Amino acid sequence: MSETVTTTPEVKKPELKLTSSPHLHSTWSTQKAMWIVVISILPALISGVLFFGLYQLIVVFVSIAGAVLTEYAIKYFRNQRITITDGSAVITGLLLGLIVPPNFSLVLVFLGSVVSIAIGKEVFGGLGYNIFNPALVGRAFLQAAFPVAMTTWSKPEFAPDAITSATPLSAWKFVDGGEPFFTATENLFYGNIGGSIGETSALAILLGGALLFVLKIANWRVPAAMVVGMLVFGGIFHLLNPENYPTPVDQIFMGGFLFGAIFMATDWVSSPVTNKGMYIYGLGIALIIVMIRLFGGLPEGVMYAILLMNGFVPLINRYTRPVIFGEEK
Amino acid sequence: MFQKLLTFVGGIHPGENKNFTENLEIEEMPLPKSVYIPLSQHIGKPATALVKKGSIVKEGEVIATAEGFISSPIHSPVAGTVLKITTGANLSGVPKEYIEIQVNPEGEKVFMEPVDWQNNDKKTIINRIKEAGIVGQGGAAFPTFVKLSPPPGKTIDYLVINGAECEPYLTRDYRLMLERTSDLIEGIRILMKAAGVPKAIIGIENNKPLAIQKVTEAAKAYPEIQVATLKTKYPQGAEKMLIFAGTGRKVPPGKLPLDVGVIVQNIGTSLSVYDAVVKGIPSITSVMTVTGKGITTPKNLLVRVGTQLAEVINYCGGLKPEAVKVISGGPMMGIAQYDFNAPVMKASSGLLVLASSEINEAVETPCLRCGKCVEVCPLNLLPTRLAKLTQMGKFEDAEEYGVTVCMECGSCAYECPANIPLVQWIKLGKKEVSKIQRARKSS
Repeated sequence: MSETVTTTPEVKKPELKLTSSPHLHSTWSTQKAMWIVVISILPALISGVLFFGLYQLIVVFVSIAGAVLTEYAIKYFRNQRITITDGSAVITGLLLGLIVPPNFSLVLVFLGSVVSIAIGKEVFGGLGYNIFNPALVGRAFLQAAFPVAMTTWSKPEFAPDAITSATPLSAWKFVDGGEPFFTATENLFYGNIGGSIGETSALAILLGGALLFVLKIANWRVPAAMVVGMLVFGGIFHLLNPENYPTPVDQIFMGGFLFGAIFMATDWVSSPVTNKGMYIYGLGIALIIVMIRLFGGLPEGVMYAILLMNGFVPLINRYTRPVIFGEEK
Repeated sequence: MFQKLLTFVGGIHPGENKNFTENLEIEEMPLPKSVYIPLSQHIGKPATALVKKGSIVKEGEVIATAEGFISSPIHSPVAGTVLKITTGANLSGVPKEYIEIQVNPEGEKVFMEPVDWQNNDKKTIINRIKEAGIVGQGGAAFPTFVKLSPPPGKTIDYLVINGAECEPYLTRDYRLMLERTSDLIEGIRILMKAAGVPKAIIGIENNKPLAIQKVTEAAKAYPEIQVATLKTKYPQGAEKMLIFAGTGRKVPPGKLPLDVGVIVQNIGTSLSVYDAVVKGIPSITSVMTVTGKGITTPKNLLVRVGTQLAEVINYCGGLKPEAVKVISGGPMMGIAQYDFNAPVMKASSGLLVLASSEINEAVETPCLRCGKCVEVCPLNLLPTRLAKLTQMGKFEDAEEYGVTVCMECGSCAYECPANIPLVQWIKLGKKEVSKIQRARKSS
């Protein structure tokens, strides 16, 4: 080694990098994906503003501010790298702002987003370590602590008289003695109905979802399994008693089902990593939703269904380990 | 005519970047002043030098001999004088022993007698392949004759030729398929006879329509040789993926292609076999693609084994100022180089010089369990899990989760949005697990 090779020609040698292969990387980063998710949620925000008024922008803004400030403060006090630019706190705030009733109290939504980040995420160690979907943790807190505020629904702006301020789910479920009220599918689709700020318009949600699926940010398997699960489980009950139970298709467009399927259940951190696991997770969520909606004491079950299944994710991952290529089952 | 594209599940689609060199004919690089022949060019025992300082050698003369079953002789790629036998820079990154030969451009050649393979038996052909020092040019440089001599009791019914060239940037197999089409077909026929295989499949990715057309045309006269159009996807050329796409067979973990009745050979290897058998030329050159945004003049080059990287780089106009990484091989599995004294080996397929704009240096962030690594892993492993288990030092669990099955294709690390060096962790895990396995065996 000590001998110098005299015949070696000179090559102007720049500073070279010596990392191990692979030497290429896709153009994706967590941050980029997160900000695209933010963009994908915007149509739902716009629909909320259209149907329920400009005030909703303030609700959502306060929610985002609460989330970002909380994350900043916690990272600051724990002396960790400030991660607010990765977009994930913005997503949590944005999502929470969209799953509270229209004209919601600004103080409460702020409180909710603080809980989302503090209890839903940072307690576990921050992004990537949380078990439950942070926005849903915040909403569960609000639902438990302020049940009245969480179920006071404003009428949509262009509501014809026939449409009540009640959400289609509560209109169907909690009728005073009379027949269950079924909202027209068409209204469910465009979102001209009562409901949480960003949850009413299937059209707006699907628009954002399309972006996520085309760019492969959200894995299609989870929402697909949820839809199939709803068609099967919801379908069975509808067929058994069509007078009392809504059609599974209407159920898909009711409440927070689509919003949950596309923006909540597909959350990378709190959903399974295996393909098979994603199917099980989606089907499980759909089954719990149907059970809560049709037999539970609450009108809506998407939030609890997703949170419950979040808890099963480590177990699902463990038991759906893929069969290694070439290995016998 | 519509043909269903053959492929596997998983994989990635990195930018192909073959346009630098795909239309450039293979050019023979002039002889360097000296060559540096590593004695260890593949797994298995290194060869033993037969020459010493001052020996006059002829081009094609055996200068190091094979010892052990998995070993291959080494021939002098040039005529000249042995200057010294010492240890120095090697493409593997670890210094290795080499023979330095000063080139004498007027020196003599001694090639072998051609073998009339049509009228000779298997043994003669395999023997020729062995004495010509041919090794697989797909990366691992496994001696070719070993692959052609399956243990008794194993029936081989397919020879699969790897024309996928799925590594981005590299175009040497593509150029060889275009420029030496009929030699390639004859090389394949020789391999078929040597291994006693009734059927051959040449797998080519569909981003090389010209190669598919030319090879199909040339193979028409031989119904036992078929061309399979493969989907362009990385790592389509990985042995297990290629066998699956071509034959539908799955090589189980820890098993060899032989175990499912398949032998895989590379395009370059098939041509070396042709050269050795039909022309008597031993394995003394390598065709490599010199490419990337960081090299002044990209080329497909025919280089003598033992030529230093510095010579190759200079011949291609030198590095551009923006060059930041020099890689032996392709961008997905190649080895980054730091010493340009390292010599070209028999299995060298490319020298890639990446500019700063071609590499991504994002910061690593926590795993978000997005599952992208799981989705792309062609072997159905859980890369994020394996990396984490390795980080935590849980090597027994990593073994249980199949860490040793990983072929290090790099698809997971390529795709990871959190920029986690997944394969790098897995490589470490493999190393630790094999230590444990060895300890278990010896106890």
